Amino acid sequence: MHKLLQDLPGEKIMLLGNEAIARGAVEAGVAFATTYPGTPSSEISLNLFQMSQESDLYFEYSTNEKVALEVAAAAANSGLRTFCMMKHVGLNVAADPLMTLAYVGVTAGMVILTADDPAMFSSQNEQDNRYYAKFGNLPMMEPSSVAEAKDMIKDAFELSESLKQPVLLRTTTRINHSNAFVTFGEIKPRNTKGRFEKDPHRCVTVPAVSRGLHVKVLEKMKNAARLSDTSSYNFVQGQGPLGVITNGVSFYYAADAVKDLGLTDRAKILRLGFSNPLPRKMIADFLKGCEKVLVVEEGEPFMEEAVKAIAQEQGITISIKGKSDDLFSRLFEYDPAMVREKMAAFFNVPYTPKPSVDTSDIPEIPMRPPNLCSGCSHRATFYEVKQAAKDMDVICPNDIGCYTLGFLPPLSMGDFVICMGSSVSSSCGFSKATDQKVVSFIGDSTFFHSGITGLVNAVFNNHNFTLVILENDITAMTGHQPHPGVDMDRFGLSGYGRVNIEKLVRAVGVEHVSIIKPFKVQKSIDVIKEALAFKGVSVIISQEPCALYAKSLKLKKIRPFMVSDKCVDHRDCITTIACPSFYLDKDNRVAIDANTCVGCAVCAQICPENAIRPLKQ
Amino acid sequence: METTRLIIVAVGGQGNLLASKVLGEAALLAGVPVRMSEIHGMAQRGGVVESAMVFGDAESSIISDGEADILLGFEPAETLRAIKRCNKTTQVITNTAPVPPFTVAVGLGTYPDVEEIKQLIQAKTAGLVAIDAMSLAREAGSPMSVNIVLLGALVQTGALGFDRDVVEEAIRRRVKPAFLDVNLKAFDLGFKAAAGV
Ligand code: SF4
Ligand code: SF4
Repeated sequence: MHKLLQDLPGEKIMLLGNEAIARGAVEAGVAFATTYPGTPSSEISLNLFQMSQESDLYFEYSTNEKVALEVAAAAANSGLRTFCMMKHVGLNVAADPLMTLAYVGVTAGMVILTADDPAMFSSQNEQDNRYYAKFGNLPMMEPSSVAEAKDMIKDAFELSESLKQPVLLRTTTRINHSNAFVTFGEIKPRNTKGRFEKDPHRCVTVPAVSRGLHVKVLEKMKNAARLSDTSSYNFVQGQGPLGVITNGVSFYYAADAVKDLGLTDRAKILRLGFSNPLPRKMIADFLKGCEKVLVVEEGEPFMEEAVKAIAQEQGITISIKGKSDDLFSRLFEYDPAMVREKMAAFFNVPYTPKPSVDTSDIPEIPMRPPNLCSGCSHRATFYEVKQAAKDMDVICPNDIGCYTLGFLPPLSMGDFVICMGSSVSSSCGFSKATDQKVVSFIGDSTFFHSGITGLVNAVFNNHNFTLVILENDITAMTGHQPHPGVDMDRFGLSGYGRVNIEKLVRAVGVEHVSIIKPFKVQKSIDVIKEALAFKGVSVIISQEPCALYAKSLKLKKIRPFMVSDKCVDHRDCITTIACPSFYLDKDNRVAIDANTCVGCAVCAQICPENAIRPLKQ
Repeated sequence: METTRLIIVAVGGQGNLLASKVLGEAALLAGVPVRMSEIHGMAQRGGVVESAMVFGDAESSIISDGEADILLGFEPAETLRAIKRCNKTTQVITNTAPVPPFTVAVGLGTYPDVEEIKQLIQAKTAGLVAIDAMSLAREAGSPMSVNIVLLGALVQTGALGFDRDVVEEAIRRRVKPAFLDVNLKAFDLGFKAAAGV
């Protein structure tokens, strides 16, 4: 049985934050879950997906976050406890239904998880999604630890049900990707059979209805504010005239700092876990007992500005500080030492940080940049496009996925990346605005996510570019989740459909469609050249499974390659495709690591000396 | 309870996450509170994986620069790169078998001399235990057991305050039965090697 399905209340087990969250949802009796994978939230969905194979929990990977939220909204309005999860930028994609769903509300508990990524460990920006709660009139809860995350999600479902509003649960990477011991609770029975009761005056948001709903949503938020003021997730710890207001993981940094600075008798901390609407009365009472207040929150001054406004209303004139030039930054993650240092400065207590070792005489250590895997078909495709477009002035918009790494030398393919699906639509713009040739790249999962709308636009507006769809049969970047083009039989799962990208692209009206097998180098280059010569929208579909995925499924027999003594050491292989299986041996000659080479044979085809051969075993 | 802060650095694929799970389990068995966090953003594409473990009475799970009590490095250059996490009292344990980054493997960068790495760490911290964990892992029966060899060395130093039995029991709980013997042997080899240094 899946470890998170075990009915063993009281059992203590070590879980990754994302596993704890999945378990919390199961304990809450969640019956319906949807997502589009995105780090740092991916393992929540992975676990729910696995559990759905063994239970009557419904789970789906949707084509994008907007779709995921819309699917979930219907379930939550049919009486099922519903969970929809995504990374922070995913909520931007889902923002359209989100704003109106807040008006419509739900009939059963619905939790929407946003996994924010301060410091951008694997994201294109570090937006602070607390503003979505405020913007969309949605209650928000924020755990400070892995164990709390598991319990909080259960209360978030209860809260959602009592208010008939979706509740946003906001985590940050430090919670999603921390491990801790958690104690299993009871698993609430799942209600998996829903019924939609028609209610057009709530569910059909024509203007006349929505005018009424906007009034109602504000009333709901008034109720939520009362609940926030008495919520046990908002609490004061310690006592004294010095105040700290904090949320999320910063709470623990602040708690440690108070202890380390010897302020236990002089400082109290207000931790806000129910963070929208903020507990205004609780904050006002807290401020009244303080001489000065420090706000410790990563990201934007969300609480700080609200706290200052509350102080103004109450006529409280103490010093309240958070983000400022000499205190906290709006950038990146916080850490315990930094919080300790800023707290010491603000409360005027002596503090000398433990001196780090002197690193001035340390030699330069070579970086370890991420790299496309050995035998990754994207590397071959990038190389081939580069060869085919050798004499052209090209712009290469790229997209979000493993292939974003194509921007690194020596491939250097990727001139513009802003969000999922943007390669296609930005190509429309580049091709109209310039005389340059435009060749853009997108993965299969990303194409389904939001590339397809850009392609429809391109056909309709008669744009002029070549789109390369990198079809590697899986969502590779986030850890191998399925998408609508995936053959689910490979997972041994039946009951799924499958969308054929070639037919889809033709159906949209693209006239020039070609398919390449990127491990056939010269043939692919020829086909690409033809596509580049076409005036209008041309699409090349590059088909080859992700190397890691193929390896894990044992789809192919691996036959590593080796460099023979015909090699004349001009190193074309290294300088043009740079497969990470290459290295320089003792005699400083190019060699191939047989343990990592997957035998794609691309290097063998580009070596002008014919020096690279299959290794005889 | 005293707080002990441990940083583990490794290259993706070296088994760092399993090592920290074993230590977490050991902490549970020993009744020591523990908090852990890990960074594995793009590690599966060849990058660095780092985990932080805080044992004892602290609330936060990350370790700031200069604040590690123990640094356990699975790769010598990565150990050196992480030295900013250390202070004069830090105990360092490192593997001496390099895993050169791709740039170095193809001659676009130079890998620092391992002897120099050892001397630098020695001079800046309270102590260094450096062992060739790769050879010992092979001797134990699998190059994949580098992580457990290093756990053996870590436990031998006593810096963590865990008994060897507790950690061995944690290995039994966390490692798949088919690999258990190899890993227990790897642990023993690491333990003995560290005692000999
Ligand atoms: S055959 Fe060549 S390019 Fe392909 S994985 Fe092996 S070394 Fe890399
Ligand atoms: S995971 Fe797959 S798609 Fe991603 S870099 Fe590796 S081989 Fe390429």
